[in-house]
Amino acid sequence: MTSRTFLAIVAVRCKMLLQYRAAALAGFGTQLFWGFIKVMVFVAFYASAVVEPPMTFAQVLVYVWLGQALLALLPWNVDKEIAEQIRSGGVAYELLRPVDLYGFWFARTLAFRLAPTLLRMVPMLVFTYFMMPWVGLEDWALPAPASAASGWLFLLSALATLLLSTAVTMILHISLMWTISGEGFNRMMPGVVPLFAGLIVPLPLFPDWLQGFLYWQPFRGLADVPFRIYSGHIPADAALLEVAMQLGWSALLIGFGMALLTRARHNLVVQGG
Amino acid sequence: MATADGPGALSLYGRFVSQSIRATLQYRLSFVLMAVGYFITSGVEALGVWALFDRFGMLGQWSLAEVALLYGMVNVAFPISEALARGFDVFGQEFVKTGNFDRVLLRPRSTVLQLAGYEFQIHRVGRLLQGLIVLGIAMWLLPVEWTWWRIALMVFTILSGVVFFYALFIFQAAMSFWTVESLEIMNTLTYGGVETAQYPLAIYEPGFRRFFTFVVPLGCISYFPAVAILGIEDPLGSERWMQVAAPLAGYLFFAASLLAWRFGIRHYTSTGS
Repeated sequence: MTSRTFLAIVAVRCKMLLQYRAAALAGFGTQLFWGFIKVMVFVAFYASAVVEPPMTFAQVLVYVWLGQALLALLPWNVDKEIAEQIRSGGVAYELLRPVDLYGFWFARTLAFRLAPTLLRMVPMLVFTYFMMPWVGLEDWALPAPASAASGWLFLLSALATLLLSTAVTMILHISLMWTISGEGFNRMMPGVVPLFAGLIVPLPLFPDWLQGFLYWQPFRGLADVPFRIYSGHIPADAALLEVAMQLGWSALLIGFGMALLTRARHNLVVQGG
Repeated sequence: MATADGPGALSLYGRFVSQSIRATLQYRLSFVLMAVGYFITSGVEALGVWALFDRFGMLGQWSLAEVALLYGMVNVAFPISEALARGFDVFGQEFVKTGNFDRVLLRPRSTVLQLAGYEFQIHRVGRLLQGLIVLGIAMWLLPVEWTWWRIALMVFTILSGVVFFYALFIFQAAMSFWTVESLEIMNTLTYGGVETAQYPLAIYEPGFRRFFTFVVPLGCISYFPAVAILGIEDPLGSERWMQVAAPLAGYLFFAASLLAWRFGIRHYTSTGS
């Protein structure tokens, strides 16, 4: 598939998905509320800390608010249209198209992750960064990036997150071709992904004996890595290596997804009619 | 109920429920996968609470066992409501948007009875089991004597919690007479309510506390009775008799939701197709 075709698919899907503004606004309200609960819980925990925690409170604030802003980026659900195509057998038409199926779905999935994130991210960042200090909530507001370099590296890392998240979502999509086990897999992921990405509890706050394991798993690149680059918890000079690891995991998971799709196509039986 | 239901309403409801269970169990593997998935997605929250206590030791004056009691009670009450109130939960999407509510209105039984019997989601047992496990751990860890009145108050609190969350789903359904696109905002009170009630109300900001005591009486079905069960002084200064009577607010809230439902129905205009 040429990059022009790829970008055209992404652009068209994004344009369509950007229409859902009312839902995004309701989502913004929900996520803001969620963020406030989390912040209040952390305020209480930090007030009772006896030994110094491995993250400052400001770094936790970054983690909470970026987590709410970029929630839609996490690969916890599937594109219902693709799922329906697989279920109904419409996937047969997809195979007839003169484009590679993995590339075609990857483009759609990229848009499916990107557009809702853009819609929800903008109001969340504006509110938590600019408006909260303004209404007297500066203690709870989203802090600025640790440095200009950290800010730019965060953007780079966030783009790598988009790639990684799309790769994981693709595996969810393709797994649906194995009807029952695919459904099971799709039911487990929404629990496992946020935990290992750091959205339930920031990963550095987990017990020290778990840190080694948490470091060597791909889902860290979905939230923990970009958030800690922003807050400087991962220093700017170590950030490029972390981004490289995100990209490495993405490449690995894309390769796995492609292999999975090839297998699925061999097993695919489309009912005639 | 919205209109008098006449004889046999309860047995009819029982038949709705048993039919729904039998239908679900036709797809046994699917049901098991859904239940296990729900166990995991809700269970990661418990892991998160554990991780934070492992890191910080205490949450102000609250111990892990005390928070586990709050967590367990709300995570037992909520899935029961969710299982029972499915008809109201999906009301906006499945009845108002599609116009299917017209059919409900034509039948010679009350709308509330029909929606209550719409679907009984037994896979919610996944979260229920998770809540029961945490509750069991809390009861085992807590240094209180489990007298009959403590158990009775706990059961009463959980039942009131079921009624309270059911009322939230009815409010959500009533809201869909005006909007179906912005219903996600109600998640702040349902799922957000569960999240909030997992921690002691005393750690939150005063305005937030008042909202969840007097407007949406979430604290009345979790925090206040829990203080009485624990036999401690309430840092918020409530009297013992208030703590024990507080769960009654859940039933008042339920009555209010039925009024909102009746008011909503009068405003209903069909989509007409």
